Amino acid sequence: MNRLDAIPAHPLSRRRFLTATAAVGAGALLSACGGGSSPANPGASAPAEPAADTYDGPSVELEFWNGFTGGDGPFMKQLVDQFNAEQDAVSVRMTVMEWADYYSRLPAAVTSGRGPDVGIMHLDSLSTNAARNVIMPLDDVATALELDSSDFADAVWSAGEYKGQRFGIPLDVHPLGFYYNKTVLEEAGLDPEAPPMDRASYEDALEALKSAGISGHWMSPHAFTGSMTLQSLIWQFGGSLFSDDGTEVLWDQDPAIEALTWMVDAIHDGYSPSDVGQDADAIALQNGQAAFNWNGIWHMNSLNEVPDLEWGVAPLPNIGGTPAAWAGSHNFVMTTPRSPDDNKLNAARVFINWVSRQSVDWAKGGQVPARTSVRESAEFAELTDQATFAEQVDYLRFPPAVPGIGDAFEDFDQALNEAVLLTKEPADALRSAAERAAKKLEENRNRFGE
Amino acid sequence: MATTTMSPGRSARTTDGGSPRPIRRHAAWTPYAFMAPFLAIFITFVAVPAVFGVWMSLHDWDYMFEVKPFVGLQNYLNLFDSASAAYQSFWNGMRATAIFTVASVPLLMAVPLAMAILLNRRFPGRTFFRAVFFMPYVLGVAVVGLLFRFVLDPNIGIVNAAISALGLEGALNALGISTPIPWITAQPWAWISLVLMTVWWTLGFNTIIYLAGLQDIPRELYDAAKVDGATGWQQFRHVTLPGLRNVLLFVVIITTLASANMFGQSVMVTSGGPGDSTRTALMVILGEGLESFRMGSAAAMSYLLAVFLSIVSILNVLMVRGRRRR
Repeated sequence: MNRLDAIPAHPLSRRRFLTATAAVGAGALLSACGGGSSPANPGASAPAEPAADTYDGPSVELEFWNGFTGGDGPFMKQLVDQFNAEQDAVSVRMTVMEWADYYSRLPAAVTSGRGPDVGIMHLDSLSTNAARNVIMPLDDVATALELDSSDFADAVWSAGEYKGQRFGIPLDVHPLGFYYNKTVLEEAGLDPEAPPMDRASYEDALEALKSAGISGHWMSPHAFTGSMTLQSLIWQFGGSLFSDDGTEVLWDQDPAIEALTWMVDAIHDGYSPSDVGQDADAIALQNGQAAFNWNGIWHMNSLNEVPDLEWGVAPLPNIGGTPAAWAGSHNFVMTTPRSPDDNKLNAARVFINWVSRQSVDWAKGGQVPARTSVRESAEFAELTDQATFAEQVDYLRFPPAVPGIGDAFEDFDQALNEAVLLTKEPADALRSAAERAAKKLEENRNRFGE
Repeated sequence: MATTTMSPGRSARTTDGGSPRPIRRHAAWTPYAFMAPFLAIFITFVAVPAVFGVWMSLHDWDYMFEVKPFVGLQNYLNLFDSASAAYQSFWNGMRATAIFTVASVPLLMAVPLAMAILLNRRFPGRTFFRAVFFMPYVLGVAVVGLLFRFVLDPNIGIVNAAISALGLEGALNALGISTPIPWITAQPWAWISLVLMTVWWTLGFNTIIYLAGLQDIPRELYDAAKVDGATGWQQFRHVTLPGLRNVLLFVVIITTLASANMFGQSVMVTSGGPGDSTRTALMVILGEGLESFRMGSAAAMSYLLAVFLSIVSILNVLMVRGRRRR
């Protein structure tokens, strides 16, 4: 769970140790609250009333937790402030904490009755938290809000469902994309307005950069950004990380080995330095030491802040043959209340619906709106960088919605790390990681009663 | 000597013999009243969780689930069964913790001792230097970790930049060290970096303890040793070290436990890498309990680690005590 959950808004904003400290604190809290009875689950049977746009009950205060600690935080804060200004009866209080911190704290907070009413979750965490009864089904919200699958990308919409019930209302999609440094391309005699988009031209460009004394694409051995790069490549080479039902690990098969070998060969061929440190790939692009960086859409905020940097974005180059790119998605969730309060539930619905409709403002913070209607609006098209990332929407790939799938990524990241740091052959690293992950998935199946 | 200097109060009372009844200065419950605030916190946050943890470790425990099946000793047995998912990560973590402890404790014992002896001499600016060497200790592990992650970055870090600016690459290559040095991305460099960084960061604490110990050794002992013609080394060996014996015992136990609890440095600087070679036992336990929410298994791991640490602490005590008997 640690990896995909900890999507940073800024590459340097990830401080997992904080997580850890907070998690230890949460642990103490748990022990203190002893048996911790599970909260009541009002379930999907609640009525789909009232209308979603307005709330006219007694005034309520909603707690809203999320992990927007980076450049995206102010955008969400602004939306919340605007909502509070427009509403008389509902006031939303937003609390921001590190993502990893948030994910370990939330269950404890919900159990003790001190959790938020509304939260944000990445789509690959939805099923785990649904299975653990941290969040509650939202089918009634989706119905009341007249949300339906046609307004959302398939993968995003279906990932929000667990055991036939809906647990997340998609807010955005944040894909991996292709950042390039125009100045560096020019220095190497390449066209800064036409970055390479297929394998042959990509490798030619890397060769040209190498002749100019530049390591073109720094291969990160770390979860950020190496793991997302490798996942995208595996899909491009026609493979997959897991079987569709999430029961089998498939990253020990040929497409994955091919993908990882391509990354490692880039180091052998001198297109990338070895021993790339955490965040060094992103910093190298800023410093003009690298030409290319595959990074998340959230990274554009950081680049915008670098003065005089000439950079551009494009969809990921197609190295493997099948167009594919990694993506995550933020979803609204409602936590399972200990004692359901209909007024709060209704107010939360109004809030979720309202923000969901303002998602162009949210996209300015470095996101692609989840709603097709918003994504295809003229307003969003004006955000050219975001719109470029959004071109990938038809072939974005997400992890399967299986509880506990995050546990397996720990092993995946380790294989990446070992291979890219040249301590193991790609095939060996992937195979032993797959064996370990398969054991965890099996144990999780027993645990979550799949 | 000890009998004459110690407990004059008691001997005075018994020899004067005026009243057989000791003067009562406080109520019977006074000591407990003084201890109460600490005791309340200790019971709430240490004793109860410790006992509760044993209970937890006997179950497949996820606090969000209504049903927490009793599994007996299975969580412990899994840690000794190479077919289980927990086995490999746990013992790999224990190995990483052991490597770090063995590598860092001798340095954290010796370097601060040398530092304390130097700082115990009289020279201008002594107080300033005492503060300087203690200063890194006040920094949080977050600050230190983030700092060193960039300082030691193999490609964009200042250390490798300095090495190449100073033209030391040739000298290093001649020693069989390839440059740029992968400080945090390859072994054994990752361990070397983590140990040295920890020594830099925490040596101030042990230095202060040693300094206090040194100031407790009576000057007369050194004077007497000098009269007997002892050299500087002999003074150190036969006066300073024996005088610091109790301090040494304290420092070795505290330092061993601190090193065995190493966590933040690995998380911040190497993220447990390269591979999982610096993923310490504490990182494994945290991941198992609060990221994967297998809390029963995590509790079992914690108890096994605690057993190991108790054994090591007992050995430390026996070693220092054993020397005293001789």
